[in-house]
Amino acid sequence: MPDLQKLLPPPMRRPPKPGHPNGAGNGDAPAALKNGDEPESPVTDNPGKRLTTGVKDAPADLVGWVDERMGATSFLTAMLMRKIPKGTNWFYTLGSATLFAFVVQAITGVFLAMYYTPSPVEAYASITHLTNDVFLGEFVRGMHKWGASVMVILIFVHMARTFFFGAYKYPREINWVIGVVLLILTMTMGFTGYLLPFDQRSYWATIVGVNINGTGPLVGPYLSDFLRAGPEFGATTLQRFYAIHMLLVPGAIIAMIGAHLYLVVKMGTTAPPWLRADRKPKESRSHEVDAIANGDGANGSSGNGAAS
Amino acid sequence: MKPVGYFEGESMTRRKVFAVAGQALGGVAGLAIVLPAVGFAVAPIFDQPEEDWQPVGPLDDFVPETYVPRVITIVQGIGEAGKTTVYVRRGSVDLGEDPDSYVAISTRCAHLGCPVRFVQAAGNFICPCHGGVYGFQGEVIGGPPVRPLDRFQTRVTDDLVEIGPRYSVTSQLEPVRARDPGEFTGGVWEYLYPPRPSTAAPPSSS
Repeated sequence: MPDLQKLLPPPMRRPPKPGHPNGAGNGDAPAALKNGDEPESPVTDNPGKRLTTGVKDAPADLVGWVDERMGATSFLTAMLMRKIPKGTNWFYTLGSATLFAFVVQAITGVFLAMYYTPSPVEAYASITHLTNDVFLGEFVRGMHKWGASVMVILIFVHMARTFFFGAYKYPREINWVIGVVLLILTMTMGFTGYLLPFDQRSYWATIVGVNINGTGPLVGPYLSDFLRAGPEFGATTLQRFYAIHMLLVPGAIIAMIGAHLYLVVKMGTTAPPWLRADRKPKESRSHEVDAIANGDGANGSSGNGAAS
Repeated sequence: MKPVGYFEGESMTRRKVFAVAGQALGGVAGLAIVLPAVGFAVAPIFDQPEEDWQPVGPLDDFVPETYVPRVITIVQGIGEAGKTTVYVRRGSVDLGEDPDSYVAISTRCAHLGCPVRFVQAAGNFICPCHGGVYGFQGEVIGGPPVRPLDRFQTRVTDDLVEIGPRYSVTSQLEPVRARDPGEFTGGVWEYLYPPRPSTAAPPSSS
């Protein structure tokens, strides 16, 4: 490799293997050294040639350099190239679709925060300003507003898929529970986000929503006081909702999505319920197994837990 | 097989002691961060606002037969969102009230907190959201509300009627600490919906 190694500062270079020139090993010296010849250097004295060969190898080498230090390839291979069961179909993309909806909400939300003022006297004005005056503001806010509904709908369809395919059963119960927590967190996002435009609908919907919270026996009244930061809708209620909406709950959602995806990869996905287990005797299946072993098995994984 | 560094008679190895001590120290450090943060967030639950009395007009403005709407500020500094309407009248002898007292009914519906309106022709309070209807004294006569309309304490200072802290009433119109809308009052409900420290004590008797 005439290579990136030479372009790097010495401490970042890959150390030579033992037994190689400049290596610290105890192996025999290369023949060239023994004979007293100059070792054949891949580095020429021609700077132009050195640069072109270096540049040609740079992309692959850069990936290699990073990968050697992160081990990302094995992780990504295991995650992206994992085996999935026969019969996997479009219904299995609903989770990814929900994730995409969340990413859209996160990105648009970050940029909406650049124009929004979470103060009871300025919130509505800042919303009308960003909607009507800011370039593409209407579009970004519209994405956030309608994307919220899209995300909730996708969650429920994803949940229905999981339920009707029986994919919540052993050994995936914990992932179902995490999914329910994600559903609740998403509802919290919807509830807290609804107040932020601070128009009449936001205000009264929040009053009603907080009071519904309050009807829970024993803890309800205190939960309401916590949400409002006091006995009445007060000066810091809006900021409180804003902090919950853009810091507290998104952090929890990201953590939960991480656990959710980890378990999907770890446990694998289920086959659709209309596929029966293969009940043929073992001998008659042996040729299929061979076909898989010969790299022929595009459909060749078994039903459950293929990637675990 | 004795662990490394074991000596006769010890009940806990040095390694174990350090492991437990390290985890305990980590736990203490974690709590030292989490507890103040949580306390900071829930502090308003225990914070009782100062009593605020606001004049709403001279005594002659109010009669026993009907209500007069007045706007008061219940939260300072947040503009329109901090204001609310109260309906004020003088005590009615026909209803067994002290004629020198004043009744201030909150417009916050006891169902879920929408603003009710006093409809003169019917003599009722009507909520636009879910159809709650209240009689002249704020008692429930229809719809989903779980208790009569809240009231505000009143007093007279320098010939002006003043409006004080909010309180709730039971179905018998006995005063209790202010509850949020949707919460029953009286009987066992006083325990299921416990009084909050952030509310003022109710007036001693109606």
